[in-house]
Amino acid sequence: MSRRSTISVASGLVVSMVACFALVGKIEAAYPSSPMEDVLFISSPEFVKRASLGYSGLLADIYWMRVVQYFGRKHQRDSKEYKALTPLLDITTTLDPNLVVAYEWGSTFLDQPPPSGAGDDAAAVALIRKGIRNNPNEWHLYFTLAFIQYLGQHDYLGAAQSFDEGSKLPGSHPWMKVMAAKMLTEAGNFETARYMWQNIYNESTDKNLKQNAELHVASLVVDQEVPKLESVASEFARHTGHNPSSWRDLIVAGWLRSIPVDPTGAPYVLRSDGHVVVADPKKLPFITRGKPE
Amino acid sequence: MTIRIRVIAFNTFREAVRDRVLYNLVFFALLLVAAAPLLGEISIGVQRVLLINLSLSAISIFGIVISIFVGISLVSKEIEKRTLYPVLSRPVGRGEFIFGKYCGLAGTLLVNTIAMTAGFYLALLIMTRTFTRADANVLIAIYFLFLQFIVIIALALLFSSFSSPLLSALFSLSMFVAGTFAGDLRAFAAMSHGPEGVLARAASYIVPNLASLNVITRVSHDQFIPAALVGYNTFYSLLYAAAAASGAVLIFWRRDLK
Repeated sequence: MSRRSTISVASGLVVSMVACFALVGKIEAAYPSSPMEDVLFISSPEFVKRASLGYSGLLADIYWMRVVQYFGRKHQRDSKEYKALTPLLDITTTLDPNLVVAYEWGSTFLDQPPPSGAGDDAAAVALIRKGIRNNPNEWHLYFTLAFIQYLGQHDYLGAAQSFDEGSKLPGSHPWMKVMAAKMLTEAGNFETARYMWQNIYNESTDKNLKQNAELHVASLVVDQEVPKLESVASEFARHTGHNPSSWRDLIVAGWLRSIPVDPTGAPYVLRSDGHVVVADPKKLPFITRGKPE
Repeated sequence: MTIRIRVIAFNTFREAVRDRVLYNLVFFALLLVAAAPLLGEISIGVQRVLLINLSLSAISIFGIVISIFVGISLVSKEIEKRTLYPVLSRPVGRGEFIFGKYCGLAGTLLVNTIAMTAGFYLALLIMTRTFTRADANVLIAIYFLFLQFIVIIALALLFSSFSSPLLSALFSLSMFVAGTFAGDLRAFAAMSHGPEGVLARAASYIVPNLASLNVITRVSHDQFIPAALVGYNTFYSLLYAAAAASGAVLIFWRRDLK
């Protein structure tokens, strides 16, 4: 083949391929394919385990990676639905029943209310109970179960029992016993929740877990501060006959010393109706008070 | 006899080491080991587990590929290139030839496994900065993988002693897949009755029991491997490999090489 024909054929190849790439976009726009995100081609965990030919550990890690990526993508889009999360976690933990991290984090992903998670307490509890069956000596799993029972299901008795059972396991942290007692006496108050999150923050070595605990502590601070600030504003209104127009009104009247700031360092926003909200609720995803409507 | 086997084994080893495909496979396996820390970054809390799983799976898969594809060509290549005839025309028995070939490839696999293990431990050191006692447990899993290789090499030799390279590869691969289901086969046999039960039981004992030689997931969680299992697996693999290699020798003895 001559040099000229080689160049012509090679040019033809490059031009055709570039044109194909460009056309794929057009075809996709004209005939969109169905979204793949929630599709599970193989849904049977047992089949996946058999098909792994003994490399189930590696496949579990790959599925776990897929769980994290799936959750992260959905979470980023403030998604309200996490359809594939439960089956993906089931496959992951069937492939590797000792992958404790998948039970711990997976149940948190399932438990947290949308858009922070799937908001499926029952699935979260089922997953963590599966974890306990497969790893009966992991006190962290009892802690996670108690945590979901306490915060997600408000089942204080169940949480106390789980904290107590976990506290008896080797290596468990002494504050598990304290939490078991607190669940029976003062489960509903902020200080108990704050105590728990603070301990998670102190104990955790995982930077993601630490960050999550930090956000929860900060959110609890907001949940405590907002009602207090709103009551100051309503007291002001009761005394003066009108709502404060800004924090300055309250400072001048001696009701506050300075402009109050939330745990992120941003000043709280005082609305004309006397309600107090945070400036950036995205930075405090777990707050139940002070959310701008 | 020992010297003759040693010479054949050494030449097989030298020939395998010269093979570029082998280097590509080892390089690819090491690349996977190096990629493990990066993959761990896009996951949560499984960096070390992932490194162990990925590295040991890479060692296992590439080792099995080498065992099968080099194993099946050990004899057929010699026949095809007609290099077998000058060897057998000397005072070298067919059994010695097969056994020498087997030892040569087992030696190659041993060196490859050691190289990949060194790569794995280097990656582990970079990731964790220090070694713990649990890291030594991984060596047991790697030892079991090597036992898998010696079984697969023997099977590849057995099949290549009576069939074409393509069929030998297919048979060896099928035996590997069936071997990972040996436990399930036995469970199936226990549930079956009559001739099916007998057949299933026979099949479950004929296929190599490879499931117990894969403890990668267990060591990734620092789970204890009983010394008894190490002993049983060692004896089982040596005996199974000996049986398969003996089969290969028996067939090769009767083979008409004219």
